[in-house]
Amino acid sequence: MNMVLQQIINGISIGAVYALISVGYSLVYSILKFSNFAHGGVMMLGSYFGLLGLQYLGLPFPLAMALAIVGSGLLAVLNERVAYRPIRNRNSPLLYLLISSLGVSIFFENFTIVTIGPNFRTYPPVLPTDSLMFGGLSVGRLDIIIFVMAAVTLSLLTWLVYGTKIGNAIRATSYNMRVSRLMGINPDMIVALVFFLAGASAGLGGVLFGIKYTVWPQMGILTLKAFIAAVVGGLGSLPGAVVGALLLGTAETFAAAFVSSAFRDLFSFALMILIILVRPAGLFGKITEEKA
Amino acid sequence: MSEYTIGILILACVNLISVLGLSLLTGFTGQFNFGQAGFMAIGAYTAAILTTRLGAPMAVAIAAAMAMSGLASVLIGYPTLRLKGDYFAIGTLGFAEAIRLVIENFDKLTGGSRGIPRIQTYTTLPVALAAVAVALVVVASYIGSTHGRNCIAIREDEMAAEAIGVDAFRYKQVSFAINAVLAGLSGALLAHYVGFIQPSMFGLVKSTEMIVIVIFGGMQSLTGAVIATFLLTALPEVLRAAMAWRLVLYGVLVVFIMIVRPEGVMGTWELSPRNVKAAFARLRSKARPERAGKAG
Repeated sequence: MNMVLQQIINGISIGAVYALISVGYSLVYSILKFSNFAHGGVMMLGSYFGLLGLQYLGLPFPLAMALAIVGSGLLAVLNERVAYRPIRNRNSPLLYLLISSLGVSIFFENFTIVTIGPNFRTYPPVLPTDSLMFGGLSVGRLDIIIFVMAAVTLSLLTWLVYGTKIGNAIRATSYNMRVSRLMGINPDMIVALVFFLAGASAGLGGVLFGIKYTVWPQMGILTLKAFIAAVVGGLGSLPGAVVGALLLGTAETFAAAFVSSAFRDLFSFALMILIILVRPAGLFGKITEEKA
Repeated sequence: MSEYTIGILILACVNLISVLGLSLLTGFTGQFNFGQAGFMAIGAYTAAILTTRLGAPMAVAIAAAMAMSGLASVLIGYPTLRLKGDYFAIGTLGFAEAIRLVIENFDKLTGGSRGIPRIQTYTTLPVALAAVAVALVVVASYIGSTHGRNCIAIREDEMAAEAIGVDAFRYKQVSFAINAVLAGLSGALLAHYVGFIQPSMFGLVKSTEMIVIVIFGGMQSLTGAVIATFLLTALPEVLRAAMAWRLVLYGVLVVFIMIVRPEGVMGTWELSPRNVKAAFARLRSKARPERAGKAG
């Protein structure tokens, strides 16, 4: 029983970080209706921004984290401006956006390898790594801190999207971009804002991943899991992304603990394919027919 | 020709077979396949296991590789090709990664992440050229036929194509199957050229490379696909020093092409006798003095 509880806690902690990244996939999908594969690169660079702040600029941890969040948010906005907006303005097929995001992702990863180097880097010990005991359960303090940070950020994001006027505009744009323009909403502003939010939360996710694991140019591959989570929860749905991420984190931890760690990734992909087969709109997505 | 040049040529031929399939599926039918390497892996492992473990002749191994890969495309295509949007791309991505992980974990049969060593090198230049010729004829005649035009119609506007009676799902399935069979062939030839295979050869990077070649050459031109394959296979060999920058350039290239010229370098132009004659005629009329005078 303890073992099971232990795995649930581990799973939720890793799932919370997946959630930070998968909401970015979902937000962008909800507005522009394509899977932004450059998101992993933004997360990776966010992790490097944090490292830069801590190690090379000597900033205290909160400032370094702010640097990573703002830096990757702006990077995502720049990414949209350069690589997606010209395609959007031409009303090209959505496929072109997907291809372009793939190009950006290749660029981010390899540019980092060429300029910063291919090696793994570790964050300095900024957060405590010891464990707390709760009646037989040992919970890493790092895991608790990570979970709290992710939960606070996600709550803020949910409030922003569902509780504010700006959030209304975001949801209106995602519902129908053309009509929302008639209502006086500037879609380009909303798109930029959405990319900033997606990039910023990915930046925080990157810092947390960097602290928990290490930082390396291909760490964008970790976001594949977050992407799977977004698909499982329903692309375009914010609560879906969070629930999907928590589910995936827990399920994956269980697979690793009770079956075999080698099958953990295989399990995630199998789950994604299963969801696409059974309920492609995901757990929370609306089943809509995309009109050609 | 030196052995080195022949090696590059064989590699380009092997890549080209896979690219031709992908060109039909992604370029002409408009279905974004993110997992080409998965199908190549199926082909490579099927063929290599047959020749190394069972001592099967190369022809049997190739046939089995193509069959297995084609079968996989039916399994993954049947549910995902009905869906609109990114789901097909996502499905192929997940499929390719899952295949790689399965290969890595069933090490009794596949050698795990160490792979399969000491594969007979059956793939010589004549074999590779013959395979390319067959693939080229199959894909070119398919695209030139009514079926090919139906595929293009689906890419341009699926709803309109269905409205005039094109069974979009069926055509997408056929394109996907042809693509997978060719990818399987390419994988089998690759295994028997390099002499060893391991799962890391068939990762996301390989899938990306394939799709970049198709996009670069022109999503609607087989001529473009051929030129792009030879260019992008040979270039990194020539520019060894700039190796690290190659992938950076790939990324920039993809974004640049999507922004500036989404139809690719060759656009819809094909190297056919008629088009060549027309191009020459245009050149001659430009060279004529009265035309030049008017332009100036």
